[in-house]
Amino acid sequence: MPDRGATPRALRFAAPTIAAALALLAWEGAVRLFDIPPYLLPGPWLVLRTLVENFGSLLPSWWFTVKITFAALGLAVLGGAALALLFALSRTLELGLFPFAVVLQVTPVVAVAPLVLILVDNATATVLICAWIVAFFPILSNTAIGLRSADTNLRDLFRLYGASRWQTLRHLLVPSALPYFMAGLRVAGGLSLIGAVVAEFTAGAAGRETGLASRILEASFRTEIPKMFAALVLVSLTGVAIYALMNLLAHLVLRRWHESQR
Amino acid sequence: MTALALEHVDKRFPTGTLALQGVSLSVGSGEFVSLLGPSGCGKSTVLRLLAGLDQPSAGRVRHPERAAETGFVFQSPTLMPWARVADNVSLPLRLAKQPRAQIDAAVQSALERVGLAEFAQAFPRELSGGMQMRVAIARALVTRASLLLLDEPFAALDEIGRMRLNVELLRLWQQERFTAVFVTHSVMEAVFLSQRVVVMAPRPGRVAQEIRIDAPYPRDESWRASAAFAASCVQVSQALQRAVESAEEAAHA
Repeated sequence: MPDRGATPRALRFAAPTIAAALALLAWEGAVRLFDIPPYLLPGPWLVLRTLVENFGSLLPSWWFTVKITFAALGLAVLGGAALALLFALSRTLELGLFPFAVVLQVTPVVAVAPLVLILVDNATATVLICAWIVAFFPILSNTAIGLRSADTNLRDLFRLYGASRWQTLRHLLVPSALPYFMAGLRVAGGLSLIGAVVAEFTAGAAGRETGLASRILEASFRTEIPKMFAALVLVSLTGVAIYALMNLLAHLVLRRWHESQR
Repeated sequence: MTALALEHVDKRFPTGTLALQGVSLSVGSGEFVSLLGPSGCGKSTVLRLLAGLDQPSAGRVRHPERAAETGFVFQSPTLMPWARVADNVSLPLRLAKQPRAQIDAAVQSALERVGLAEFAQAFPRELSGGMQMRVAIARALVTRASLLLLDEPFAALDEIGRMRLNVELLRLWQQERFTAVFVTHSVMEAVFLSQRVVVMAPRPGRVAQEIRIDAPYPRDESWRASAAFAASCVQVSQALQRAVESAEEAAHA
């Protein structure tokens, strides 16, 4: 087995940094070399300048999107983990309710958003619900699988020592499910951001507060392409930050004992 | 005094396979018995029945009165990777809701008995395979178990580690006088450890022969090197050979 822990720290940091720098340089170079007009493709330098110049208008939108993302993620964690625990306690409940979760998952959120908007008649609530729908499933399905993945010998041992259902859940099933839950959280974090942005595209900017999707739409209507890119960059950076945050969280929770954190 | 027994036990799995047929076996209090046989002869099934983890399809199983007096050691250490060594060992006591102070003392003592006192705060993955197995034994003994069921516990260890743990297991058995039922597929291990070897035959699993090993305890490396040990190994091997052959003949008849 190759020892992945042996990758030098410097290389781990340097390789992606150099690759990113080269890609940006190539982009900027191509834009200048072929004289591509900024309304088709702005160079990274122009995007950065636009981002700084429009920071005042972009920041509140960014904050709105971040709030929706984390609220949806939080609700998804609560709902998904709670439902998974119920599934672990009752197989009947799992068989009965899991199909609903699957239906919720496979229905495209873009198609659901207008419907939700009609039902709740509030753009912000619609965006939140849609982001929650997409973030909910990975948490539920991963946690449910995790709760079923406890070592069979350990289960026998708990039976042998007369553990109650609650004791088995607390001391065996929940810790066994933790790595699965963390993997689900990592996926759900990214998805809830995507859900928040996509739902805002379709639900529209009816509310007082609006998010980054509205800035992107606005900029595209006015063909302010550099501003559109600036908003897009903010979305991507936010996604990367959420991913890093979830990785950090998984590391903090699992580092002492789980193989994934070696 | 009989500590536990199977009386004319059949065990049929839900798949229809007859795992055990007409197995009668009694184990005296404080006795060290090995169950020896090829894979598929139902040794592990016997152990699970003795532990009360499975119920027989026919016949009767007599257990010790209280389940908490049974310790079980699996083929793999079966530790909780998220819990420190001390928390793994304390599990049976925590599940029984014993007072904290009592638990700490019992865990400390159990770890001392298997020579791992200084590893109480380690995580299982920081230990070698043999040390993990000793943690599993400490966990089985922490309740002051009167019955220890071991399912090929040292099969995954290297030869040296296995010999050392055999000696340690015997030392613990002599100190604590628990009843031990030890499942193995190794003739030498069975002869080294036990007072009695129960040879089992496969398909369906049944008791083929019981052989007493009369060497005195404490047994150590000199027992392993003795002529009596070699003679017992030959005797047990032949019994095992006959059991397997008779099963094959029955299958072809």
